[in-house]
Amino acid sequence: MIPEIGHFALILALILALVQGILPLIGAATNQANFMAVARPAAQGQFVFVAIAFACLAYAFLANDFSVKYVATNSNSLLPAQYRFSAVWGGHEGSILLWTLTLSVWTLLVTLFSRHLPQAMAARVLGVMGLISIGFLLFTLMVSNPFERLLPAALEGRDLNPLLQDPGMVIHPPILYIGYVGFSVAFAFALAALMGGRLDAAWARWSRPWTTAAWVFLTLGIALGSGWAYYELGWGGWWFWDPVENASFLPWLVGTALIHSLAVTEKRGTFKSWTVLLAIAAFSLSLLGTFLVRSGVLTSVHAFATDPKRGVFILIFLTIVIGASLLLFAWRAPKVGLGGKFALISRETFLLANNVLLLVATGAVLLGTLYPLFIDALDLGKISVGPPYFDAVFLPLMAPAIFLMGIGPFARWKEQSLPELAKRLKWAFGVALLSALLMPLTLGKWTPLISFGLLLAFWVIATGVYGVWSRLSQTPGTMMSRIAKQSPSWWGMQVAHLGIAIFIIGVTLVKGYETERDVRMALGSAVAVHPYSFTFRGAKPQAGPNYQAWVGTVEVFKNDKLVATLHPEKRNYFSTGMAMTEAAIDTGITRDLYVALGEPLENGAWSVRVYHKPFVDWIWGGCVLMALGGLLAISDRRYRLHQRSANASPTLTVESQA
Amino acid sequence: MLRFLAPFAVFVALIVFFAIGLKRDPREIPSPLINQQAPAFKLQQLQAPSKQFSPSDMLGQVWLFNVWASWCVSCREEHPVFVELSKSKLVPIVGLNYKDKSADALQWLIQFGNPYVLSAMDLDGRVGIDYGVYGVPETYVIDKQGVIRMKHIGPVTPEILQNKILPRVRELSK
Amino acid sequence: MMRACLGIFFLSLAAVAQAIEAPPTAQDPVLEARLNNLAKELRCLVCQNETLADSHAELALDLRREIRDKMRQGMTDQQITAYLTQRYGDFVLYRPPVKSTTWLLWFGPFLLLIAAVGGLTFFLKRRRRVLEDIPLSAEETAHLNALLHAEKKQP
Repeated sequence: MIPEIGHFALILALILALVQGILPLIGAATNQANFMAVARPAAQGQFVFVAIAFACLAYAFLANDFSVKYVATNSNSLLPAQYRFSAVWGGHEGSILLWTLTLSVWTLLVTLFSRHLPQAMAARVLGVMGLISIGFLLFTLMVSNPFERLLPAALEGRDLNPLLQDPGMVIHPPILYIGYVGFSVAFAFALAALMGGRLDAAWARWSRPWTTAAWVFLTLGIALGSGWAYYELGWGGWWFWDPVENASFLPWLVGTALIHSLAVTEKRGTFKSWTVLLAIAAFSLSLLGTFLVRSGVLTSVHAFATDPKRGVFILIFLTIVIGASLLLFAWRAPKVGLGGKFALISRETFLLANNVLLLVATGAVLLGTLYPLFIDALDLGKISVGPPYFDAVFLPLMAPAIFLMGIGPFARWKEQSLPELAKRLKWAFGVALLSALLMPLTLGKWTPLISFGLLLAFWVIATGVYGVWSRLSQTPGTMMSRIAKQSPSWWGMQVAHLGIAIFIIGVTLVKGYETERDVRMALGSAVAVHPYSFTFRGAKPQAGPNYQAWVGTVEVFKNDKLVATLHPEKRNYFSTGMAMTEAAIDTGITRDLYVALGEPLENGAWSVRVYHKPFVDWIWGGCVLMALGGLLAISDRRYRLHQRSANASPTLTVESQA
Repeated sequence: MLRFLAPFAVFVALIVFFAIGLKRDPREIPSPLINQQAPAFKLQQLQAPSKQFSPSDMLGQVWLFNVWASWCVSCREEHPVFVELSKSKLVPIVGLNYKDKSADALQWLIQFGNPYVLSAMDLDGRVGIDYGVYGVPETYVIDKQGVIRMKHIGPVTPEILQNKILPRVRELSK
Repeated sequence: MMRACLGIFFLSLAAVAQAIEAPPTAQDPVLEARLNNLAKELRCLVCQNETLADSHAELALDLRREIRDKMRQGMTDQQITAYLTQRYGDFVLYRPPVKSTTWLLWFGPFLLLIAAVGGLTFFLKRRRRVLEDIPLSAEETAHLNALLHAEKKQP
């Protein structure tokens, strides 16, 4: 009964989505207030029904209802409750339902925080989001129905993929989807502005907090996914340039460009058509990612069962949504106008140049991801494009972008003298260069690549510190009041940029200095990874809820003092017979100690992989800082203060520049 | 104003590739050995361990070379197709018993029938590597001169046999 | 049995002195390091999104054994990748070889960069020209004045 309620709720949600997607757009076009007024209640109702459907599916999982086919393929009665809940999005159908739910949550938030918008604008935004929702609800109901029954019911479920039975996998997909789908708001705002012919600073201001919020979640989602791969896959890698990873990274790159471009559009009224194109591109890449992951056109570690009908459906949906919005862009953008004037050397130019670099990097990642598909489609054979390619291409494209990142915040809007800029920043550059050259020597090994990576990071830090210092020293008052006087969005920028630097330090140092030992460890034997010594104390069998494990004990000494006791596991899941390596990690600010069990050898000995990974957590620390920067930016009162006057003529505010 | 249409044009091109890509199987890797001489080897025969088999023994006739193993689940799926085919005497089938135990393999043939003229035992998988085997079962069509003309990866279904393999065999037998 | 006893012996010893050094899993660590470096750029054919170095698939183990043998026989890394591509095609290479079908892949991003920088310069120059040609309307002038005024007021 419950699954049928869920199914029915989805149908009702579809009807409401149709109402939400059609009437308000007609109303906005023909200026009929009562049609436009439908948007909010329809969107809120749609959310309620999608939430009911989701709750019904979650109930089916928690109640072990194996008469539901999707539950029977993705769960098992032995599965612990929290994983039975996360199994809701452990397969294709539930993932799509989660996508739809996330979209309806974002839509709900728009209905709640859009009261200050002109009615036509709000109606168009909600209408566009309704149209996207129609597509996903149809997709769910037609080819991915999670409530499909299994007759006769299965006695036992097949189980959730053991790789996904992990706390990281409970939160990673929802966070990632919130980010992915969040770009639909920026997309809807962009289309609404194009339809209404009002691409102005007010539009940019309205979309900014939404875009930043989506970007924050996407950043965290990607970081969580990478962290999960790091400890769950058992070989200590944290990024593999896998198609699925790239699918989330592409919208992130464009989203980053969009955030910066929106800043220019809001403050200076320029780059309007470029910004609107980025908003369309960010969400299009989210949809494209969904297509790549769900259609099976590319092979990936995430081997989802694929159904050609699904691929065809998403492709048609993709063609309609993206094609229509790009045509709308081509039709409306030429009339947008150019906005304020600026000199060749100005903050506008720096931001635009950075945007272009980010987009070129996006193009490179997209090319590498899709190239095997192109070659295959042209019957030129099968090739693989992997990490060696992406490393070789992505890094040279990003390095100048990072360099510009240090300069941008110092340049003035409209016009900046280059010699003055050089004068201001030469010390920052000197300090960064010197410390980047010297620091590797203190760490034991110098290579040009390590120094170069550190140079980029130190450059960002040095310019950031100098920027903060000069801004604070120009503000009167006590230290606390000086700090408080700067706008949260300015602090947000500084924190996010610092996050990039921290991230680069993590990547550089772990790539440069990590040590790996693959050893045969008998009871009591030790392996030295300077300055640590790992001693093996044997492995014992231990029963888990739905698996049998070997749990090893490894003691880590530093200067004969015990610093950590690690328990790496080798699990064998009952239902699938799959063997899983659960690495044990001792996390520290300056290093991770990582131990993974390999295979059992004779006499209680095991092959063991031991890693010393210096500064690896800075990779995720950097991501967290970036997300924190985004949150600070959203918290800026500006977005709320000006909302009241938003109905009036668009105001261009010019902020003082340090 | 054409430049504003550029994003749309790029997108249309992408869609065309995706549409073609949907019809392809990204897991199927074409073999570079097609139209190459079948790699030579000398292996013990499964049923007659004292005798050896080498691809050159088959020179002068078109034959199928089928990689199988008793531990391979999808081999069971295609096996009846080969048993049927062997009764028709259209084309000789040689088996490559890949990384298997002799006793298991013999038992398997008794249980499911033996369509093979003979099976060569590739105990350590070296011959498999020479033939680019990456997923058992795999089936090769080899011509009278000992050149590999076709490779099928995965279980052979009656449709694949009738529509792909046999037409090729007939063509090569002329 | 003897080994197990020794193990216990060493276990008790370990508390006092440092334990015995665990030997590398591989017989020849130098060769193994070379193997791993090479295998990191090779794609496992069975679980297609893992490298040959990380994969635990049977075929990956066999291929690693083959590569190890070839290395012992003195073959260079290039010869070994050639050996593999002869059997499995370019698919096994995570670093696609530079040839006519991959020119776009390898040089595309840099062509794109050149085009983008060129386009950017062109756009900025043209933009300045266009903006200089159009005199500001009365409304825009007022707006500009307001902006400049606002800017002056702030430090």
